[in-house]
Amino acid sequence: MHNEVINTIHQGGILFGNYSPGDAIKKALSIGRENILFELRESKLKGRGGAGFPTSTKWMLTAAAQSDEKFIVCNADEGEPGTFKDRVILTEYPWLVFDGMVIGGFTVGAKKGIVYLRGEYVYMLEQLNNYLDKMRKEGLLGKNIGGKAGFDFDIEIMLGSGAYVCGEETALIESLEGHRGEPRNRPPYPVNTGFNGKPTSVNNVETLAAVPHIVINGGTFYSTHGTSASTGSKLFSVSGDCERPGVYELSWGISIHELLEIVGAKDPKAVQVGGASGICIPKTQFNRKLAYEDVATGGSIMIFNESRDMLHVLKNFMEFFVEESCGQCTPCRVGNTKLLEGVEMIESGEYTFMYLNKLKELGKTMQLASKCGLGQSSPNPFLSILENFKEEIFQSNGNGVKHGKK
Amino acid sequence: MLVLEKNQISAEIEDLAGYYGGNRTALLPLLQFIQKKYNHISDFAQQEIARVLDIHPVEVYAVISFYSFLHSEPKGRNIVRLCRTIVCDMAGKEKVEKAVERELGIKFGETTHDGRITLEFTNCLGMCDQGPAMIVNERVYTKLDPEKACKILSEVK
Ligand SMILES: Cc1cc2nc3c(=O)[nH]c(=O)nc-3n(C[C@H](O)[C@H](O)[C@H](O)COP(=O)(O)O)c2cc1C
Ligand code: SF4
Ligand code: FES
Repeated sequence: MHNEVINTIHQGGILFGNYSPGDAIKKALSIGRENILFELRESKLKGRGGAGFPTSTKWMLTAAAQSDEKFIVCNADEGEPGTFKDRVILTEYPWLVFDGMVIGGFTVGAKKGIVYLRGEYVYMLEQLNNYLDKMRKEGLLGKNIGGKAGFDFDIEIMLGSGAYVCGEETALIESLEGHRGEPRNRPPYPVNTGFNGKPTSVNNVETLAAVPHIVINGGTFYSTHGTSASTGSKLFSVSGDCERPGVYELSWGISIHELLEIVGAKDPKAVQVGGASGICIPKTQFNRKLAYEDVATGGSIMIFNESRDMLHVLKNFMEFFVEESCGQCTPCRVGNTKLLEGVEMIESGEYTFMYLNKLKELGKTMQLASKCGLGQSSPNPFLSILENFKEEIFQSNGNGVKHGKK
Repeated sequence: MLVLEKNQISAEIEDLAGYYGGNRTALLPLLQFIQKKYNHISDFAQQEIARVLDIHPVEVYAVISFYSFLHSEPKGRNIVRLCRTIVCDMAGKEKVEKAVERELGIKFGETTHDGRITLEFTNCLGMCDQGPAMIVNERVYTKLDPEKACKILSEVK
């Protein structure tokens, strides 16, 4: 395998801190399910895939569901524009994720773990499978794991085939079952009716990677970092106009301004937090904090400097959603196309404010009426960029005049 | 297609379906395998997959049409996917795009006459910290510039 992927990591000492592979599995087996769930609850760990659901609750619900078969699924679909932290974890620290899955399997009573790896990451497959083989040889996967009679668990990696929406957990399950990756209605939730109709806990790569540290160091240790509502550390994937792009492990609660300093962003005009489906934060709001209680994010930070044309940025995002909408429900399928057309009208100077206001209303309707998170969040950049960059977009715009300061 | 080749495809499909327990969860791995080996998923392969998994061929086609990495029509021997999402766009994707198009004499979405290369766009590859990025078949290339991208493509067989 020869790829040109360089992982630039700026360590924060928790997720990327000391850990010997396998240790947390052994400790988990010795302290038992109740204590694992207790530590997890104490840690207040929330899902790192974007939605921020408490992980202890998800595992408790899956553990409580009655079934002959259960599953732990690792969501490694990482398709949100600007996100690449899961790539770094999987290539540099795969044991954290796999140990987390084994502990999850033990806690909820699953015998099988599935990693849903995006097709774009197929180059990692061999290395990951080799690592799983190593775990099997060491008795950390397979039968009677860690010498614990009756605890059998194994992990299989399945590949996606180029569809962003498959990162949505019910679409992911549809895809694993051999269907088109079309999101399901929720409820029922995967914790009750998941893969093949069985209770399934779907967890993000980074969420699972935090679990071994919480088991080893205790939930209280973890919750002392970050803020009271957003505990622990967070990996931020930083890209765009800055001197040091890469993955940064930082404490929750850091302000956007502080982050920009750390990564060496000169002349930043706007930061898109949370990927294409996130929101665009203008300079005047750089004092806002990255945390579930202020600007929540799965970790994508894209920086735009003064020379960037924000209408062009918005157009790129809307093209993304038009391509990636699964087309199952009307608000999202038609809505994204209409919003893109609106952006093109502004671009060519042929718009009316009356029509744009209608499009903003449409965006709000999409947020309410779409079936899954894709359509519910795709209007976010449309609404936030048109609002926050009004002057740039509408005042510098005559027919054919370029936007931005270029 | 030769009878021998047909027999081989059928055998491969049966083997792999068996490995995944013979049910529908085998569908995506089967499609990925056929696509990788034969470069596209022919009508015959679709029918065989449907037969082995005991589902309607339309179901197989519906799944192929959903995923951007799967296709039922033949494409070039090598598929080049250049990231078109914003960070790579800001890092100079358009220059790479234009240079590659000039060099190969085709546009994105097209295949060279000798069937050597198909050019496609794709969305964020998770390499935004080192864009512009592209994938050639399964291999990732980063920090592209026009010259580097053209050189890489000239070496593809
Ligand atoms: C369109 C869409 C794409 C998503 N993509 C991902 C993804 O790539 N990775 C991920 O972990 N979660 C993704 N999610 C969130 C998942 O649905 C789910 O909430 C998450 O995997 C749960 O894991 P967590 O609780 O550990 O965050 C996506 C959601 C939506 C609506
Ligand atoms: S919101 Fe969009 S992606 Fe989600 S189900 Fe509806 S059409 Fe599909
Ligand atoms: S924007 Fe091109 S790899 Fe993410």
